Amino acid sequence: MEFNFQFDWQAAIDSLPFLLKGLPYTLLISFAGLAIGFVIGIVFGLMRIGPSRWIRWPAVVYVEVFRGTPVLVQVLFIFYGLPTLLGGPIDALTAGIAAIALNAGAYISEIVRGGVQSIERGQREAGLSLGLSAPQTFRYVIWPQALRRMIPALGNQGIVSIKDTSLFSVIGVGELVRQGQVYIANTFTALEVYFMIALLYLAITLSLSLALSLLERKGLVG
Amino acid sequence: MNDSVNREEADQASGTSPIVRLAGVNKHFGRLHVMQDIDLSVAQGEVVVIIGASGSGKSTLIRCVNGLEPFQSGRIEVDGKTLLPNGASGKSLQAVRTEVGMVFQQFNLFPHLSIRDNVTLAPRKVRGMTRRQADAIADRLLERVGISDQADKHPTQLSGGQQQRVALARALAMEPRLMLFDEPTSALDPEMIGEVLDAMRELVNDGMTMMIVTHEMGFAREVADRVVFVHGGQIVEQGPPDQLFDQPRHERTQAFLSRVLKH
Ligand SMILES: Nc1ncnc2c1ncn2[C@@H]1O[C@H](COP(=O)(O)OP(=O)(O)O)[C@@H](O)[C@H]1O
Ligand SMILES: [Mg+2]
Repeated sequence: MEFNFQFDWQAAIDSLPFLLKGLPYTLLISFAGLAIGFVIGIVFGLMRIGPSRWIRWPAVVYVEVFRGTPVLVQVLFIFYGLPTLLGGPIDALTAGIAAIALNAGAYISEIVRGGVQSIERGQREAGLSLGLSAPQTFRYVIWPQALRRMIPALGNQGIVSIKDTSLFSVIGVGELVRQGQVYIANTFTALEVYFMIALLYLAITLSLSLALSLLERKGLVG
Repeated sequence: MNDSVNREEADQASGTSPIVRLAGVNKHFGRLHVMQDIDLSVAQGEVVVIIGASGSGKSTLIRCVNGLEPFQSGRIEVDGKTLLPNGASGKSLQAVRTEVGMVFQQFNLFPHLSIRDNVTLAPRKVRGMTRRQADAIADRLLERVGISDQADKHPTQLSGGQQQRVALARALAMEPRLMLFDEPTSALDPEMIGEVLDAMRELVNDGMTMMIVTHEMGFAREVADRVVFVHGGQIVEQGPPDQLFDQPRHERTQAFLSRVLKH
């Protein structure tokens, strides 16, 4: 068998400096989005198991809406749609961060809810029986255990959201994919450039996986 | 009921007011009437053992005393604080819980904390003790229950008997005025039951007021001032252990005892 294409390593390496300019945007959107999404997820996840339906209901609606629609549609809506409502433009970076935050927040709400509900009833009862208030029982007894159980699912969501940022080239954020497209337009080296972009995503997601598995292993003892 | 009236008279006569008093307490789980007009008083320093078949409402009864179960009518007084029906107890709920310790069948230690921190958590967060103060108390209590060399381990590294003794130390760290035990040895391997009962015996000797749900009839006979037999959500019969075990008056008590004392 003979292949008549050539992978040009030199072209791949040459593209790297230009591609790397997109890396900070990819990282910024991912991590700012996920950090805000985590806060949203805690708030709405706890609302979903709240004491009254007026607390649970808005959380259910939020989760269903943002889990049930594509993140690409969400970012297009925010970037192109919302300005007509707000009467002013939203910059692409902000739109990207907001889309990741809202989308990941919906999934993280479910992760938080599942994590908290997975803690045995006896843990809460033990905390309360010692005289801890309900919030103290949550903070010192339930949450630390729930958080530990949530780590694998959170890591999973982190990886999904990092990859989702690649869609935001459509609104012109200069992240990895966007940088690649610009570079290819001038050099016609699609094979090498997309290969390098894939490698860069892999480097980010593998680092996250590694960090989380370290955290999890340490958590088992500490 | 007559029993509780006599009891109150006896309390007044001896000058000790009860530390726990349930008066006309009713509780339903849906259609199930698990506590039917329960009247029960426990005097300071008294050891009351509650026996009865599985599902008769023993756990529910003692869990009401520290407000882990809400009830629908009647009132419960614990050390001068009143628990009201339908979760209307307000501030007195937490106040009661800080004064009442509980040991559970499943230990319910906090798996993410060291043995020492299991014991110090409530003294630090509820009583506002410093870590040093709380550690000193924890070390003393862990020594007392024979776990002092394991303080830095985590609960899962201990045997069931050791975990239950830690759970006892954890409850005692709050210096409770009353201790509740819900089948503290039922989840233990037989060879570990003795060590937990020993730790409880020591507490009895110290004069702790205790309400104990257990199937250990020998232990009940030994430590109880009074044995209460519960059936179908009602207190069927109560009395000193010798009387209740040797001359049970009610046929339900007789039937229950003949089943459990056979072996
Ligand atoms: N949370 C609950 N919801 C519904 N029924 C319950 C609940 N807890 C206990 N019960 C029922 O109440 C009855 C008494 O339970 P319990 O107090 O645990 O009995 P015991 O401790 O004597 O075995 C049982 O029939 C049990 O099935
Ligand atoms: Mg029970």
